[in-house]
Amino acid sequence: MFAPSSLARLSRRSVATFKAKLQSARRWESTAGTEAPPAGGHSPSIATSSFLRQTRDNSLRTPDIRWADEDHAGPPSNALAGRETRKMNLYQAVRDAMSIALTKDDSAVVFGEDVAFGGVFRCTMGLAEEFGRERVFNTPLTEQGIAGFGIGIASMGQTAIAEIQFADYIYPAFDQLVNEAAKFNFRSGGNFDVGGLTIRCPSMSVGHGALYHSQSPEGFFMGAAGLKASLVAHFDVPPHTLTPTQIVIPRSPIQAKGLLLSAIRDPNPVIFMEPKILYRSSVEQVPIDDYEIPLGRAETLIHGSDLTVLTWGTPVYSCETAIHMLANPPETIARHVPEPFRKAKIELIDLRTILPWDVETVTESVKRTGRLVIVHEASKTGGVGSEIAAELQKRCFLKLDAPVKRVTGWDTPVGMSYEKFYIPDSVRILDAMVETLSY
Amino acid sequence: MATLARLRSNLPRKVPLARAVQTAADSTRLAQDASHDKPFTVKLHEDSFRAYQTEAPSLEVEVTKDGLLGMYKDMQTMRRMEMAADAMYKQKLIRGFCHLAIGQEAVSVGLERGIVKDDKVITAYRCHPFAVLRGGSITGVLGELLGRQAGMSNGKGGSMHIFTPTFFGGNGIVGAQVPVGAGIAFAQKYREQPLATYALYGDGASNQGQVFEAYNMAKLWNLPCVFVCENNKYGMGTSAERSSQNTEYFTRGDKIPGIQANGMDVIAVMKAVQHTREWVTSGNGPILLEFVTYRYGGHSMSDPGTTYRTRDEIQQMRSTQDAIRGLARYIEEWGLASEEDLKKIDKEAKSTVDAAVEEAKASPVPLEKDLWTDIYYKGTEPPFMRGREREEIHYY
Repeated sequence: MFAPSSLARLSRRSVATFKAKLQSARRWESTAGTEAPPAGGHSPSIATSSFLRQTRDNSLRTPDIRWADEDHAGPPSNALAGRETRKMNLYQAVRDAMSIALTKDDSAVVFGEDVAFGGVFRCTMGLAEEFGRERVFNTPLTEQGIAGFGIGIASMGQTAIAEIQFADYIYPAFDQLVNEAAKFNFRSGGNFDVGGLTIRCPSMSVGHGALYHSQSPEGFFMGAAGLKASLVAHFDVPPHTLTPTQIVIPRSPIQAKGLLLSAIRDPNPVIFMEPKILYRSSVEQVPIDDYEIPLGRAETLIHGSDLTVLTWGTPVYSCETAIHMLANPPETIARHVPEPFRKAKIELIDLRTILPWDVETVTESVKRTGRLVIVHEASKTGGVGSEIAAELQKRCFLKLDAPVKRVTGWDTPVGMSYEKFYIPDSVRILDAMVETLSY
Repeated sequence: MATLARLRSNLPRKVPLARAVQTAADSTRLAQDASHDKPFTVKLHEDSFRAYQTEAPSLEVEVTKDGLLGMYKDMQTMRRMEMAADAMYKQKLIRGFCHLAIGQEAVSVGLERGIVKDDKVITAYRCHPFAVLRGGSITGVLGELLGRQAGMSNGKGGSMHIFTPTFFGGNGIVGAQVPVGAGIAFAQKYREQPLATYALYGDGASNQGQVFEAYNMAKLWNLPCVFVCENNKYGMGTSAERSSQNTEYFTRGDKIPGIQANGMDVIAVMKAVQHTREWVTSGNGPILLEFVTYRYGGHSMSDPGTTYRTRDEIQQMRSTQDAIRGLARYIEEWGLASEEDLKKIDKEAKSTVDAAVEEAKASPVPLEKDLWTDIYYKGTEPPFMRGREREEIHYY
């Protein structure tokens, strides 16, 4: 566990580690323009991804964006004049969202381990200086306490934005989140809610985080939501109605800002998981105005008709690469990609909200394509993919041309030396697409 | 357990309560003549309080005839309510979980008399009296236990889930309410309200890690939070001595001061609450408050309460240290009311509860549409939810 105040130590200690062991991670952490494209081909990587919006106009036209200063009653005005953007990476976008929340909502407080001096990933950089240490403050290393404390603040009608330093440390808070936060509104007959609570935590692998810094625990909360749903016991509850606790995972700076502002303002408690490797490696032109991107809606990034790839967070970019490789396989693996599949039209969906998940969008897509590959970093057994696969086979049974395929982490801990092999990389995704297309 | 017993040293076990506060319910004496219309002063027994890293509250307490009679009525009514719940549970009208506070009435009533309306209270699952005294109703509590519309959570929560605007609920998870209480106290401090939060838990919960997490944050940020340990000597079926290396729960806050108080004398409870309230609202940070009390019944309805303690022990507590009898004795001895007057109050309490029982029983079960309410915050529901069978779909 990174102790508080270990930021400086961490970075000193890390230099050697980074250099010695993590050549691959350095590639991940590169940003556009600072490094040459990876050698050996023209496959998109995170540095060159077409999903990252690099111009003002492109950024302002992000789908689903809702400007806070616009009247949402009428049709969207599309008036983008006067709106500005700034180049930000994901942690800066997260900071920007919290800065807006703190500015507009006097009751908002930000707290967590080390947040007053920026947090280990710098997401709260300068917030304490800007808004005061009464509103942005460090907590002890006390995850269960942080969650319970946040629930208390939120139950008084305030906005509590808590940070759990790593998603891997959220397990001590599991009881508070599952038993208190998720059930507060229901068990008080609507007298109290803890909708003001947002728990942020860095999640997913970073290339070298190993057992306790690379996990993706979103699936545990989806299962725990089943406990919540046991209150409505034997009903056949569709997955998007399980629980008021929501789980959100953004893929890019624009998404992070809009989704986080939605999460903070949503009147239900939200767990917001930030893919930590994207903090620095994903860079976009981010609108500087206050805007939201609605929760519970997936986004179709590439439209296609032959196979649906569903993912969220970091693997969005591995999927992009894999889709590119399918169309233009590098010479070394070309013989594994049958000629007809190279023209296949692949649809790529970013789920964005894990709970409640956008079952309509995914169902509609799979009914059209007849094939589904789900990609996530968490291990396969009991993962989010299991739930989605089960629901989709039920909804699309007669339309499916192939079994639903899951490309996930292995059912093992995330070993330090093996992290590269643990995560679902583009080659494994490519393999899964070929397998599913040739079924 | 046999192995554990062998490991225990052969030294004689510490006699419980030998060094603790005394827990007689009738040891308070008049300090001046009692009055029917003016406040007068009484003096608590000198062993009513013990203090850790702070001064003990003064033993002199100002009371009024109306106040004492009011407390008597409240305690009697709360006991009647719990007895009614007990009866309805045994008739299988109440199902599920039910934890009764019979024997511990002095704590809830004394607490309510020591705080102000806008102070906040949060407790564990033994919560029925607090819910009523904090602005709820007996019908609301019993209705909730029965799972009826008249229940304070509309019949959807049950025994452990009752709330009022200043009462943040019973909480079913042992110890989970304590850090929540710290958060509530923080919000009060943030808003610069001169108010206190009382976060209650039992001697069993005091060994939960998150209780110490909450202590630490509260002291670190000087939150106006009183951590109240209702020590009824048994965490479920395990006595305090068998579960805790330190059974002096008021000393467990490290640098947080603590007060131990006689939880069977309602006047001592009220005084301890007034004292701790003054402490936290004067900016001194949190304080621990341990009430030594006793529950007559089992931990919950499924526990007969006699497998881990003797019937004699319970009988002795009931006959010699009962909080309601103790207060009745003060009232009679100090000439504030006669035995007949008190009997009249008893009858009133009984009829109040009887009426509430009938009202709660008459209340209908929640409507089918309520199955879909409150899962999401109002107005943020998904478009529809599927019901119990294929065709049953609820559109929001």
